[in-house]
Amino acid sequence: MFETALLKIDNLSCIRDDRVLFEHLSLSLCCGQMLLVEGRNGSGKTSLLRILTGLKMADEGDIYWRGTVISREGSGYHERVTYVGHHDGVKRELTCLENLRLVQAMGNPSAVDLDDALEQVNLYRYGDTAVANLSAGQRRRLALARLIVTEADLWILDEPYTSLDKASMALYQSLFETHLKQGGIIVMTSHHDIDMPSVDVQRLDLSS
Amino acid sequence: MKRYSLTQAFFYLLKRDLTLSFRNRAEFANPLLFFILVITLFPLAIGAEPVLLSRIAPGIIWVAALLAAMLSLDSIFRSDFDDGSLEQLLLSAHPMPILVLAKVTAHWLVTGLPLLLVSPVLAIMLGMPSEAQGILLLTILIGTPILSLIGSIGVALTVGLPKGGIILSLLILPLYVPVLIFAASAVEGAAGGLDVSAQLYMLLSFLFLALSLSPLATAAALKISMN
Repeated sequence: MFETALLKIDNLSCIRDDRVLFEHLSLSLCCGQMLLVEGRNGSGKTSLLRILTGLKMADEGDIYWRGTVISREGSGYHERVTYVGHHDGVKRELTCLENLRLVQAMGNPSAVDLDDALEQVNLYRYGDTAVANLSAGQRRRLALARLIVTEADLWILDEPYTSLDKASMALYQSLFETHLKQGGIIVMTSHHDIDMPSVDVQRLDLSS
Repeated sequence: MKRYSLTQAFFYLLKRDLTLSFRNRAEFANPLLFFILVITLFPLAIGAEPVLLSRIAPGIIWVAALLAAMLSLDSIFRSDFDDGSLEQLLLSAHPMPILVLAKVTAHWLVTGLPLLLVSPVLAIMLGMPSEAQGILLLTILIGTPILSLIGSIGVALTVGLPKGGIILSLLILPLYVPVLIFAASAVEGAAGGLDVSAQLYMLLSFLFLALSLSPLATAAALKISMN
C-alpha cells in the first residue's frame, strides 16, 4: 500500500531562554496515526504542539502539511486543524450553545447538530447555561466538543484529559479512535496512560 | 455543513463581542463614567466662568475622550488572551485582519459611540457656542474610531506582557496626538466662526488610513504576541 505522509516534521528545533527544548526533530504521520508526545514538565511538549498549530515559530526546521510548508498555507491549513490547548478557549459569559456556535462560525463546521454534540459530551441539559456556572471538568468537555462540531483532519490536543472523570475519558478515547479510523491524525500530550490497542500510536519522548 | 462566509463570520464575531460587553456592562460603563466625571469636575475646579469655560471646552472634551479611549483599550483583547479564545481566533479558517476589524468595531460601538451620545450635553454644560457643537460631534464621530483602531495595534503588541499597561500608554499616546490636535483645532476654529473643512478632511484621511492599515498591523502584532 502506498502511504503518503500527511504531516511531516522536518529537522525541528525549539530554544527557549537559551535552553534547547528539542533539536533536529524529524518524523512523519500518515492517515490514522496518532502521535503521543511525552516528557517531564517543561520539556517542551506544549511548545511542540503550538509550533504544529502554527501559533509559535520554530527556531529551526519546517512543518509540512500534504507537502506544503504550513506557514505558506495559512488559513488553508487552519481549517484542517482543530486545537484544544491548555486554556479551554470558551467564554465564561456565554452559554454552551453560544460558545459552540461561535466555534462553528470561526472554523469549518461539521454537519453535527449542536444539541446532538452537547448530548454526546453529556452536557445536553446545559445548553443555555453560562459557562461560568460549569465545573472545570464540564468546561473541559465543552472545550473538547470543539472536535465534534468542526471538521478537521488533524487534532492537536494539549493534555485533553485534564480534570475529566473516568467516564468522560472513555468517551473521548472512543471519539479519538473513531477519528483515527476515519483517517484523521491526532497529536496529543498526556500524563494519563493511553490504552488504545486498536490504534497505531507513535510515541515521542522529549525528556531524553 | 457549509462554511460561514466572511461577512457572516464578521457579523457573528461582532455580535458575540457586543453580547459579551452587554453581560459585562459595569466594566464597559467605566470609560464613559470617567469621561463624564472628568468634564464635570473642570467647572468645579477652575470656577464657573462662562467665557473661560467655553474657550477651553474643546480641549477639555477631547483630552477626556482620548484618556477615556485609552482606559478602555486593554479590554479589546485582554479577556480573549487570558481564556485562550484569542488562540482559537488566530487558528480560525477566516483571515485574521477581518476578525480584528470586527472586534475593533464592537469595541468602538461600546466605548466610542456612548461618548458621541453624551458629548452634546457636556458641550452645553461647558457653554460651548452652538455653531461649534455640530463640529464637535463630527470630530468625535470621526476621531474615536481612529483611537480604537490605532489603540488595537498597541494592545495587540502588549497583550502578552505581564505589565503591559505603561508601555501601552507610551506606545499609543504619540500616535493619538495628531488626532487630538486636529480635532481640538477644528472645534476651536468653528467656535471662532472659521472654516474648518481642512481639519475635518485631515481627520477623515487619518480614519481611512487607520481603517485600511491597522487591522493588518494588529493581526501581525497578535501573531507576535502569541509566539
